Amino acid sequence: MATKTHNERAWWFVLPVVLLVAFNAVVPLMTVVNYSVQESFSQGVWFWSGVEWFEETLNSSRFQAALGRQLLFTGIILAIEIPLGIAIALTMPKTGPWVPVCLVLMALPLLIPWNVVGAMWNIFALPDIGLLGYTVNALGIDYDYTQQPLSAWITVIAMDVWHWTSLVVLLAYAGLASIPDAYYQAAKIDGAGRWAVFRHIELPKMNRVLTIAILLRFMDSFMIYTEPFVLTGGGPGNSTTFLSIDLVKKALGEFDLGPAAAMSLIYFLITLLVSWLFYTLMTRQEEG
Amino acid sequence: MTLELKNVTKRVGVEMHIHETSLALSPTGFNILLGATNAGKTTLIKMMAGLERPTSGEIWFKGQNVTGVSPQKRNISLVHQFFVNYPSMTVYDNIASPLKVAKIERAEIERRVGEAVELLRLTPYLKRRPSELSGGQQQRTALARAIVKDSGLVLLDEPLANLDYKLREELRDQLPGLFAGRGAIVVYATSEPSEALMLGGHTATVMAGRVTGFGETGTLYRQPRDVATAQVFSDPPINMARVLKSGNEVSIGETRFAARGAILNRPDGAYTLGIRPHFVTSAPRSPDAASISGIVQITELSGSESIAHFEMGGDVWVAQSPGVHAYDVGERHDFFVDTSGCLYFDSDGKLVL
Repeated sequence: MATKTHNERAWWFVLPVVLLVAFNAVVPLMTVVNYSVQESFSQGVWFWSGVEWFEETLNSSRFQAALGRQLLFTGIILAIEIPLGIAIALTMPKTGPWVPVCLVLMALPLLIPWNVVGAMWNIFALPDIGLLGYTVNALGIDYDYTQQPLSAWITVIAMDVWHWTSLVVLLAYAGLASIPDAYYQAAKIDGAGRWAVFRHIELPKMNRVLTIAILLRFMDSFMIYTEPFVLTGGGPGNSTTFLSIDLVKKALGEFDLGPAAAMSLIYFLITLLVSWLFYTLMTRQEEG
Repeated sequence: MTLELKNVTKRVGVEMHIHETSLALSPTGFNILLGATNAGKTTLIKMMAGLERPTSGEIWFKGQNVTGVSPQKRNISLVHQFFVNYPSMTVYDNIASPLKVAKIERAEIERRVGEAVELLRLTPYLKRRPSELSGGQQQRTALARAIVKDSGLVLLDEPLANLDYKLREELRDQLPGLFAGRGAIVVYATSEPSEALMLGGHTATVMAGRVTGFGETGTLYRQPRDVATAQVFSDPPINMARVLKSGNEVSIGETRFAARGAILNRPDGAYTLGIRPHFVTSAPRSPDAASISGIVQITELSGSESIAHFEMGGDVWVAQSPGVHAYDVGERHDFFVDTSGCLYFDSDGKLVL
């Protein structure tokens, strides 16, 4: 039977996706690219500026400082949340009536809207009326996140750890739950200690979920905006002005569209690059 | 040197997983635990390993009561149905791991691993990780780990169940040789009667948490001491029917045939006949074969045998005939019972001997 094996009709099936992607990704991104290589003096008047904004952004000490803060923040919260998440997952019960209780308790912080988290901590940590801030000061420790950069940093980090460690816990717990009992029995028969069980069974078996946890936490924390914005507004001074806060200040506060667009692109590329690096390194380690 | 279970039971909550069981296992040949899934084989093995404590009763090993002793102090090996190896270690490190934990010196570790690796033909894969091995190689790695330990008790819990047909045959042929002459008690759990027969040694049939029979594998197969043992130790399932014995004759419904063997010395009355499918054939195996007939329901062909399920007197029978036979499903066919294969069980379900 001779049937037409080739026709162009298939394109119609792809069209909705093409349109969707065009409108929600390609067009906005290209608009930003467009802004980033031009200069605007007044509405509708544009001049070609080439890579000028990119050079300016990369050389600006303000951007470098924000990037530095961003990297430091992400590094610190990864260093705390990943080990802490694994540790909590390890102590959670594997069977029994407490499992759902633990899981719900763990999931709670994840269900709270980000700006609410910021507002909660804002009040919680106020040195004069906040429960945390007041208690810490009453213990004789000078703490005021609205005035001292170090206090502000500690508060932002504590807030992020409180908000997001649960995600790592849940992922690690899922990874642990998927390990068959047979592995633990084998270790028991070999006489392997607790550390050996963790190092040679649990950690390698959690490898995949931990890769995902690290990637998610990296991306999310690298793009963090709402919570520190509500908590500290980037202050005191610029001390907690992370990249996205700085970007919004530049784009909306100062209406510097060209440099803001260039900064957005650089920001985007850094996130992409680091995520890719993480992913390749971690998956290669798994195979190697 | 023996492993003895003395009146061991295992209860979890209100469920009896193992009813009172006594067994004495020896290092000569394999000790096979034969039974369906969930019959209690794995629970028995876990108790032998010390991974689970019996609810009551004692476990004695080499003349010592080891009931509460933890698995690492017992010097045992366990190979699972799933291929269990340490994922982050190479094949070599995996095999060496129990020796390293036991703080055995390097040269000795190398010697023992080398020997095991050669036996299991793993030499080319020493530097690989388990995820880079085929299922058969992974299980051979697990077996090598069990061998290097030189443990007194080797527990193999359906080690071939997750392998494909070809690998299973290959490894099964190799297994008895691997453990021969090591002086270890080898316990092998399986759900396949044919596997028990091929491995020989001693077999314990397990059904619903009870060991129904234990003995030399061939003897237990030929003379299953009760109905449950015969049912566990038959594949395809053994045919069972109510029969009447009167004088020198036995009758199943309308069919009468000469009684043979020990049944002759028993009083007349109702007995249960058990006959394995290969004694029921579409052509007579012997001149005095009894003829029966039934409606064919299902037919199966293997290369060398034809299997027919047929209905007779309310029971479903299975006939296993050599060669290829065509049966018409839904039609009545004649079959012949080789009466030399008849097993009779009395009203208590005990074999008439």
